[in-house]
Amino acid sequence: MAEALAKSEFTGTGHAPAKSFELFARPTAKTGLVGWLTTVDHKKIGMLYGGFAILFFLIGGLEALLIRTQLIVPNNRFISAQLYNELFTMHGTTMIFLAVMPLNAAFFNLLVPIQVGARDVAFPRLNAFSLWVWVAGATLLNVGWISHLVPSWNFGGAPDVGWFGYSPLTSKVFTPDLSTDFWVLGIQMLGLSSIVASLNFIVTIINMRAPGLTMMRLPVFTWMALVTSFLLILALPAIAIALVEVMFDRNFGTNFFEVSGGGQPILWQHLFWVFGHPEVYILILPPMGYVSEILPTFSRKPLFGYPIVIFSGVAIGFIGFGVWSHHMFTTGLGTVATAAFAIATMAIAVPTGVKIFNWIGTLWGGHIVTRVPMMFALGFIWMFMLGGFSGIMHAAAPADAQQQDSYFVIAHFHYVLIGGATFALLAAIHFWFPKFFGRMVPEFWGKVSFWLIFVGFNCTFFPMHFLGLNGMPRRTWIYDSNMGWNEGNLFATIGAYLLGLGIFTYFAVLVYSFFKGQKCGNDPWDARTLEWSIPSPPPEHNFAAIPQVHARDAWWYEKTHQEEIAKEKAANIKAEEAHGGIHIPDQSWYPIIAGMGLLFGTYNLAQLKHPVVMFGNQVLGSHAPLAIAGLSIVVLACYLWSLEGPGGYHIHLDADGNAKESGGYHH
Amino acid sequence: MSSHAATIDHHHDSTTSTGIPNKKLLWWAFLASDCMFFGTLISTHLVYRLNPPPGNAIPTQVFNIELTSFSTFILLMSSLLMALAVNAIQRGNVRSTRTMLLGTMFFGCIFLGGQVYEFGHFVHMKHMTLSNSLFGSTFYTLTGTHGTHVAIGVLLLGMMYVRTFKPAAGGGLSMNFLHMLAVAVAAGVAFIVFVPGMIEIIYGAGIGEFLSSHAVPLSVGAAACIAMAWFARQSSTVEFGEKNAIDVEAVGLYWHFVDIVWIIIFTAVYLLEYL
Ligand code: HEM
Ligand SMILES: [Cu+2]
Repeated sequence: MAEALAKSEFTGTGHAPAKSFELFARPTAKTGLVGWLTTVDHKKIGMLYGGFAILFFLIGGLEALLIRTQLIVPNNRFISAQLYNELFTMHGTTMIFLAVMPLNAAFFNLLVPIQVGARDVAFPRLNAFSLWVWVAGATLLNVGWISHLVPSWNFGGAPDVGWFGYSPLTSKVFTPDLSTDFWVLGIQMLGLSSIVASLNFIVTIINMRAPGLTMMRLPVFTWMALVTSFLLILALPAIAIALVEVMFDRNFGTNFFEVSGGGQPILWQHLFWVFGHPEVYILILPPMGYVSEILPTFSRKPLFGYPIVIFSGVAIGFIGFGVWSHHMFTTGLGTVATAAFAIATMAIAVPTGVKIFNWIGTLWGGHIVTRVPMMFALGFIWMFMLGGFSGIMHAAAPADAQQQDSYFVIAHFHYVLIGGATFALLAAIHFWFPKFFGRMVPEFWGKVSFWLIFVGFNCTFFPMHFLGLNGMPRRTWIYDSNMGWNEGNLFATIGAYLLGLGIFTYFAVLVYSFFKGQKCGNDPWDARTLEWSIPSPPPEHNFAAIPQVHARDAWWYEKTHQEEIAKEKAANIKAEEAHGGIHIPDQSWYPIIAGMGLLFGTYNLAQLKHPVVMFGNQVLGSHAPLAIAGLSIVVLACYLWSLEGPGGYHIHLDADGNAKESGGYHH
Repeated sequence: MSSHAATIDHHHDSTTSTGIPNKKLLWWAFLASDCMFFGTLISTHLVYRLNPPPGNAIPTQVFNIELTSFSTFILLMSSLLMALAVNAIQRGNVRSTRTMLLGTMFFGCIFLGGQVYEFGHFVHMKHMTLSNSLFGSTFYTLTGTHGTHVAIGVLLLGMMYVRTFKPAAGGGLSMNFLHMLAVAVAAGVAFIVFVPGMIEIIYGAGIGEFLSSHAVPLSVGAAACIAMAWFARQSSTVEFGEKNAIDVEAVGLYWHFVDIVWIIIFTAVYLLEYL
């Protein structure tokens, strides 16, 4: 066994040839700017995803506070209608694509390779590429804000067509400025990033499991990462093509969604929601994974009904592709279609409910420890359930006719997205912070932030159920004082400030803990999965010895069978050393070069037909040459990337576990 | 690693959990995703086929079904050559692998050339553009996306072909680049100028006129072909061999997939109109 193990190296990249083509020397800096820009280490990539995502989470939160401030009293003139449109569009887009998705991506990167007992993902450079393409997409989406500061950059402000960009609003007739073009290409880039990353994680999870780690022993989080990755690669193409069609409509005169030319805007709705509904499960499945790790740890017993939790996760993934039209009940689909989608939508609540019972079963009879991550996880169960209830309410098509496009829907999806996804993410950040920074977050301040967030969240969104049922439409910039919505809005806005304070406290405490938190060891929570078996923060090579997995809660088993494990580890280390040591792939410049080439190319593609103006003078008749230049950079970078090979070097551990590098076979 | 056993098992990789090589699994997953891309495009096409606006182009008046049937046949045959290339490398026969790769690329270029001809013909003779009818919009985006897939496939095959010349001693980046450039130029000229021109000639255009009006690209293409022959005259030992079977097979997987998608498109877009 140890023999086979050592041979595998678990880098998945096979064995590079003795020598390869290199245009310039490969970067070797482990720290500093170059180290971060060229890294292929899944932990560093995870940190970058996390850092960017938190930044955008705070920006998105700020946008929300501006929206709420505008709505605090009737007939308010705090911000203009145009800015309001930009704010709600960018709030939704940011929170979904630039906060929750990349935070999940951060945890995929940080945890999945370690939970499967590997040293990295299957394709480390491709993983870095996903990150940089994501950065490109995020930049494109936000570049329009510049117009408000520098009017000569005339992009027409940030995107303002709503997060689902309904046609015909995206038509050149209604939004002639560039903001929509940036929105289209920005989302396109984010989709590309997600597809590439998901392919990587699918291969990693299926193919790079440590010996003994059967599929039915995988941690629930890793399972949910797998299901999510499949949802991403299957759902994103629908919106990718729809976005291409919008782009063609706007730039090349096609009529896919132009009514005047025979196009049908409803097609956009279908294509968008074929992606959009699976997307909401893309947002929530990983969070279901976090709480499935956290609840057992703090209940001091294994997850109740592991196979059922996995099975219902997979079932949700499947059914999730068959319910998209519940977002379109009021468009007049016809009775049969409406009934079918209503039933399917009610059906999808079943596996979701099953999971809730599993979590409650885990708590049942457990020895519950209410540390901060556990508080957030418990909050998740409760709040997510409320969101599920309102979901089932608008699964009933006749009821939904009343709720559609009202604040009731806003309440629904914030209960599932904040009360659900965000609570679970906050639980996860708190839970895994000690692992990746080696320091604990102070319990008291963590609890303070939890209660502020919990109370603030409910004050903000609970009244929205009533506002919605009382007829307040979503995306309302201003309302009259005689509508009966005054108290609800005032209450919600005050709640939002409280929520903002809670989020601020939460992250302020994290910053404090980063510098001053109490140091911790491997396993501060007495947890169950493999990441807790290695030092905090984990070393570059993750594991001194590739673990041998004997049970579902692999680390729990190790803790209770120390002698057996120690023997195995010693044998595995020896075997690996006999085969040249631990193999680590080399860093590379090409992923970031390709990503930035893509940014340059798409930035110019968005304004294809506009002349290039510099300092008031027209330099080029159109942006086409620049767009082509950008895409050429991408092609060239990919070419050199493929020639460069994965490369790599070896790490050797001495008797005390200290690492020493060697060129080994350098390639 | 140097410790590979004398025989290589092409169907099992002992370093992965499932025995499937990582690269192959990556391709499989990608193809699943790609199915959805084509699925969306085909759906768009069929939706508007059922709801044509007034004045929409009439497919049977636009299509040239004989030509498309012919290029469909060629594309199918390219899959045969691709399979032979995989078979050759699994037997460690690098020479034969090269021949089969070139053959696959050539057939791919004939298919693409047919498409270039078709598009040009539709636009100039039948006056169906990307934007003047919905049928044109869905037709060009769908078949254009497929054509792009074939073109990328030709490029990947070209990279694989050039890679078979990589010297075992290492180095040779600039050679590799120039060789790749020659392959790309030759393939580009073949499908953009040469094949469409041949089709014109078959339909009765004059050879002399074709040669004189495309003298520059044709001579560039010829020069690229000569360069390819020169690059191929190599004798030193190469690094490429039986162990690369997985790489060839991975490209093959993509190539066959693109073929199968074409069969669906050919049925749903062309044949359906003649029912
Ligand atoms: C019990 C499970 C669920 C059911 C039955 C359900 C049902 C629905 C229905 C019918 C709508 C359309 C309402 C309308 O526009 O009139 C809707 C909207 C929405 N749901 Fe859910 N949902 C469920 C869970 C979730 C989850 C888990 C999430 C995300 C994590 C989510 C996110 C959303 C979002 C974002 C919207 C609004 C989209 C928009 O119009 O902008 N839902 N849900
Ligand atoms: Cu939905």
